[in-house]
Amino acid sequence: MKLTLKVWRQAGPDAPGDFETYQVDDVTDEMSFLEVLDVLNEQLVVEGREPIAFDSDCREGICGSCGVMIDGQAHGPQRGTATCQLHMRLYQDGDTIVVEPFRSAGFPIVKDLVVDRSAFDRIIEAGGFITVPTGSAPDANLIPVPKVDSDRAMDAAQCIACGACVAACPNGAGQLFTAAKLAHLNLLPQGQPERQRRTIGMVEEMENYFGSCTNHRECSAACPKEISIDFIAMLNRDYRKARR
Amino acid sequence: MTLTLESMVPPGAIDRAWNEHRFNVRLVNPSNKRRFKIIVVGTGLAGASAAATLAELGYDVSVYTFHDSPRRAHSIAAQGGINAAKDYRNDGDSVFRLFYDTVKGGDFRSREANVYRLAQVSNEIIDQATAQGVPFAREYGGLLDNRSFGGAQVSRTFYARGQTGQQLLLGAYQALMRQVAAGKVQLNTRTEMLDVVTDGDGKAVGVVVRDLLTGEVRSVNAHAVVLATGGYSNVFYLSTNAKGSNATAIWRAHKRGAAFANPCFTQIHPTCIPQSDDTQSKLTLMSESLRNDGRIWVPLKAGDDRPPENIPEDERDYFLERRYPAFGNLVPRDVASRAAKAMIDENRGVGPRRNGVYLDFAESIKRLGQDVIRARYGNLFQMYERITGEDPYRVPMRIYPAPHYTMGGLWVDYNLMTTIDGLYAIGEANFSDHGANRLGASALMQGLADGYFILPVTIGDYLAPLLGKALTPTDDDAFLEAEAAVRARVTSYLNTEGDHSADWYHRELGKIMWEACGMARNASGLEHALQEIAKLHERFKTGVKVLGNGESLNQGLEKAGRVDDFFELAQLMCRDALHREESCGGHFREEHQTPDGEALRDDDNFSYVAAWEYTGAEPVLHKEELTFQHVRPTQRSYA
Repeated sequence: MKLTLKVWRQAGPDAPGDFETYQVDDVTDEMSFLEVLDVLNEQLVVEGREPIAFDSDCREGICGSCGVMIDGQAHGPQRGTATCQLHMRLYQDGDTIVVEPFRSAGFPIVKDLVVDRSAFDRIIEAGGFITVPTGSAPDANLIPVPKVDSDRAMDAAQCIACGACVAACPNGAGQLFTAAKLAHLNLLPQGQPERQRRTIGMVEEMENYFGSCTNHRECSAACPKEISIDFIAMLNRDYRKARR
Repeated sequence: MTLTLESMVPPGAIDRAWNEHRFNVRLVNPSNKRRFKIIVVGTGLAGASAAATLAELGYDVSVYTFHDSPRRAHSIAAQGGINAAKDYRNDGDSVFRLFYDTVKGGDFRSREANVYRLAQVSNEIIDQATAQGVPFAREYGGLLDNRSFGGAQVSRTFYARGQTGQQLLLGAYQALMRQVAAGKVQLNTRTEMLDVVTDGDGKAVGVVVRDLLTGEVRSVNAHAVVLATGGYSNVFYLSTNAKGSNATAIWRAHKRGAAFANPCFTQIHPTCIPQSDDTQSKLTLMSESLRNDGRIWVPLKAGDDRPPENIPEDERDYFLERRYPAFGNLVPRDVASRAAKAMIDENRGVGPRRNGVYLDFAESIKRLGQDVIRARYGNLFQMYERITGEDPYRVPMRIYPAPHYTMGGLWVDYNLMTTIDGLYAIGEANFSDHGANRLGASALMQGLADGYFILPVTIGDYLAPLLGKALTPTDDDAFLEAEAAVRARVTSYLNTEGDHSADWYHRELGKIMWEACGMARNASGLEHALQEIAKLHERFKTGVKVLGNGESLNQGLEKAGRVDDFFELAQLMCRDALHREESCGGHFREEHQTPDGEALRDDDNFSYVAAWEYTGAEPVLHKEELTFQHVRPTQRSYA
């Protein structure tokens, strides 16, 4: 199939940006969305035009490096799918696709489709861990963890920190990312000693970068790991209890 | 400089060696640790765990990663699990058995003492990760669950759904970020290491890095440098590695004097999704754990293109179960991969390109129910469906081998130090523990063993005598020379009037390597490849086309440097494969096989680690002889 891509180009953080329109021929059903960008980039290089900068790494939906707005949706139209796992069988010959970076004040643009998501690292620094210096751990089976709790923690721990939640949110809120990490650690017995400190630290750091949550639920709909907004309710409850 | 290989393996009984070594290493007083500056390059399992632990101990640690966040490192993509000799299943496992399985699985080309130590610390890793909150799978009683994996007859693999690597990496990353917050680790993201700097005594004294956002090239000094930069499967272009995974750090260290060991020992993973079209950028792995419940088969008849459901049971060939009845679908990776290749070579491959074999869950679904299979492999099945558009609950998966892991890497001694004093290599970047083939669920174990438990102890032995030694200033000639070379190299890529992108050259290189140095190798193919690679590399030097500038983010420019290094490494791999006139593990020389097509090892002549010294011209081979006192080398049999 032949596709038209309208791609956001921006030379640097402070440079003005604009859409440029490109044609890509010979797109097959099997290709992933990023492979279409690869093909386009090789085409651009041969033509002597600078290729489009975009982040990607594992290309199997787990590293969280990739992520663009595709026709206004974070990671595109397919639910539970990162951009790298979006395959072109969803599109038809002649389609026009608009590609933009994740847009949020908390994610400044670096170049073209690349944004700076280091705010997420700052939130983890503010308490997204269990303090256990290497060597100090007891035997792993010393503390039984009910399977339902462990599974629930894993549901939250799956977050890949891609930032789709922020990009999809009309407020640019970072709640789903923060809530997922809080839930992962706060649900486990190992996470209890630092629960309050962690919750206060991470929530207040989050507020330095991101907007407020007003329950639009766009975050969960865009999340490639389909993380539930129930965890945001848990964040709110934990925060109120911690700040009591 | 003459290169010597001293393994530093402690004398005495193997089961006491690590304990005694820990007692014998020199220590740095807690209050003096902050006087030592250590650079860690790479933030995967090995790098993040090492950096966090070194900082907890009190060292002054600087970390460099080319990623935007330490959490992106490719360890995150490991699916299946991590081995440990806990024997929670009461099925006869022990430290000795894990050691034995790993040495045997590695086809008797690893160092016994290192592997024994790995098995010993395996249990501590599970304790550490669990305490960090890694949500390993559990039984209803609340205790940890296990599954079995290829190459073992016990259930010793701990797992977190199909995302074990992700969860272990996040544990290490979170430990690292705790140290960043405490001011103990200085974290440098989107910064690529481009050279190692040594002083007049040949000691590593720092690195040269390039800021990928501004293009700034700068020197960083330290008392010791740790490379945790992963493997080099991307030399094949199409592999299961992430797009960014590269060999630049270890290759440039090699050019500064670090011997490169067993470069031809690469692993081809049997359960990947077959290539679907020519523009494909990478191959996706399906966890080996799928082989626990999936049966691998091809049609009995060559050229049979009926859909799988129309092929009756008696016209199917369950070739692994047939050839290896004891291990069946759970034979080690190298054995499974070669068997699949043999089927495809016989024109019994399946799928539109006839480039796969079936991995069929029908029987398990019938026996256990779809819910059980979904609970075990749900995310893998979903991933498969996303990529292929086929539902593996109804249609058998199609799989084919793909480059996945490299057992070779920088040569290190028992202390994990390379042949450059003060330069360490940990995790996949070193060659140490997997011999000629790695068993499933052992990479995570090794990365974390090195990072959490081994390096933090052994590095003190090197640093202790350096107390009071000033850092080499970054305006020293050694740094200035290295910086100038890096700048010249970056500029050279920007100034070529080329025809194709670095990616294009990379893809061409990958084709040559996969054909000649992939699953099966022979002398004439390797010799031919050596010429082809050299020719293509010459063409690359003037023909690579890099647009944009060197003062802002330029991914084409980054790629050019990495592909340049892959060209050189590829030649060393072919040379190593050519010289090793035997078949062992992942290295299969067609000239050396048993009448029924199994690998034929030559212990009399090749029971050594091949450590190559860079000279600028012909590389020089150094041998570390391997002795086996505890596991007697036999022909591996999984029948």
